[in-house]
Amino acid sequence: MGGSTASLRAYVITRVILMVPMLVLLLTFTFIILRVAPGDPVSTIYGERGNPQVIDRIKTELGLYDPLYVQYFRYLHDVFTGHMGTSILTQRPVIDEISSRMPATIELTLSSMLVASVLGIGLGTFAGTRRDRLPDFGTRLYGALAYNIPIFWFGLILKLVFAVWLGWLPVSGRFSPRLSTPPTVTGLYTIDSLLALNLPAFADAVAHLILPSLTLGIVLSGFFVRITRVNVIHAMGSDYVEAARSRGISERSVFFRHGLKNALVPVITTMGLTFALLFSGAILTETVFSFEGMGRFVYLAISYRDYPAIQGAVVYYGILMVIISLAIDILNAFVDPRIRY
Amino acid sequence: MAGWFARGRTSLVGRLIGTFLRQSRSLAGVLVWVGIAVVLVIIVMAILAPFLAPFDPNTKVADPEVPPGGPFVMGTDRGGQDVLSRIIWGSRVPLAIIAVATTISLALGLPLGLLSGFAGGRLDRTILLVMDSIYAFPGLLLAIAIAAVIGRGVLNVSFAIAVVYIPTYFRVIRNHVASVKEEPYVEAAIALGMSRRRVIGRYILPNVAQSIPVIFSVNAADAVLTEAGLAVLGLGLPPGIPDWGFDISLNWQRFDASWWATFFPGLFILILTTALTFVGEGLNDILNPLLRKRETKVGAEA
Repeated sequence: MGGSTASLRAYVITRVILMVPMLVLLLTFTFIILRVAPGDPVSTIYGERGNPQVIDRIKTELGLYDPLYVQYFRYLHDVFTGHMGTSILTQRPVIDEISSRMPATIELTLSSMLVASVLGIGLGTFAGTRRDRLPDFGTRLYGALAYNIPIFWFGLILKLVFAVWLGWLPVSGRFSPRLSTPPTVTGLYTIDSLLALNLPAFADAVAHLILPSLTLGIVLSGFFVRITRVNVIHAMGSDYVEAARSRGISERSVFFRHGLKNALVPVITTMGLTFALLFSGAILTETVFSFEGMGRFVYLAISYRDYPAIQGAVVYYGILMVIISLAIDILNAFVDPRIRY
Repeated sequence: MAGWFARGRTSLVGRLIGTFLRQSRSLAGVLVWVGIAVVLVIIVMAILAPFLAPFDPNTKVADPEVPPGGPFVMGTDRGGQDVLSRIIWGSRVPLAIIAVATTISLALGLPLGLLSGFAGGRLDRTILLVMDSIYAFPGLLLAIAIAAVIGRGVLNVSFAIAVVYIPTYFRVIRNHVASVKEEPYVEAAIALGMSRRRVIGRYILPNVAQSIPVIFSVNAADAVLTEAGLAVLGLGLPPGIPDWGFDISLNWQRFDASWWATFFPGLFILILTTALTFVGEGLNDILNPLLRKRETKVGAEA
């Protein structure tokens, strides 16, 4: 027992140390893309109509004439002290924009993850236990369609049908303007309204969340259906399941206690990878539903050529991804001891 | 050098076709055929666009937002352009992006994967770390960052998309190489003093090449979706080139008034990506012996 805890601790420490080069790589990569690639930010923003002298002055102010290594270390310093410049669009510091919008994106990704896992694991198990029969074929078709649907277009259809034509759910936004938002604790409206015991606000926040999370969740469920199906097939054909069957254990019990339990370990392991997919999807989903999160901010930043905002969003999204993948790897090591070795 | 490559390739292609024909009457085979047929139809549509399209895709041919019917099978868009003609011409863009982007990804991912998997050790770990960092990053955001800097155009967008998928090729190939390297026949070849280049060319590459069509078709579908995402966000191709993603970005704000102008381009994206996935899934079932094992165990020896 002691040995197992020690190996877990060693794994966590190694993994945290490994996070440093990963972060440095990521930041360097972003630096290269955004600063060294042809087309500098100032000319991109001010375009041809810009006065060359003004452009020159701004470039000097921004330090774009300094040697690259000076620029690089200043950039690292800025990232870690949260000085990512001011958004041209909103005239607020980029870091404030990002931190005020982050909870919306987290709320959306978590609820989409819930939709995706319930649908994906449920259908994947259903298909996997009926291999090569009609339900399996139907579910695989669902998986392929869900995974390949252009998410933006799918969101528009859901919005048109359920919000515009049927009027069942709100068309856009995170919250109705007629209600006052609950006091901020976590920034997640659903949780904050529950904490404030404000049920109408909770119902309103959930209603606004349903269509965006269905959009993102159904698309992602295509991925889960496939992974679950393959692993259920694999587990149910394995030696330990044969052994359990031969001992006369009921098929139901074989399935739940031996098959499904083992099939879900790799599913949980791959869940971490889906966060990158989720964040990509969130950019488009938030744009369709005017859901004021990070993704919508990225869209606005692109539309207005708000260069500091794009850069800030990319950097902090990246940092967030590194932290999430660390958390998931540690969780995996906890669930599946083989990973530690 | 050309000799070993040619030999490896012919035997590989022959083997692939052989397996393919043997399996093609199964469910997986049907999927592949349906997928291939749909992709071929779209390719033909792209090539014959000037003859197939009833109208010029870039001119106003009627009132804006005419509903489907009459001469305008899919209606007209906000600019009074024929939606069907734009869809036919627009099929060229995703196909071009697939071709260019996957070529770039493969050209960088394959050698890196071979190198990393074969060399092992510190070099392997370093490349792996770089690739994992790219892989962990949200693909669309990475493409956005690159596209925002290098600007519009087929090559630029393809490059932005290619960077996103290099790690996918790299990972599959690297892992495959690392496992093949442990096989007795490879160890034997090395022990007998065969040069590294020959070992890779004679034994490793032909083995690894089997996984390329599968990654290709999956990545091709993803590339189409990423291109559409970039176009919707305003980072796609310059205006004037008919493109399914661009047409969505042009018309989506009027979706409740003229659904057809947004619906049909999206539908065609879905048809193409699903067809590509069918090809990939079917090939995977056919080429991946692990999934096939049970069938052969149970069934026909023929």
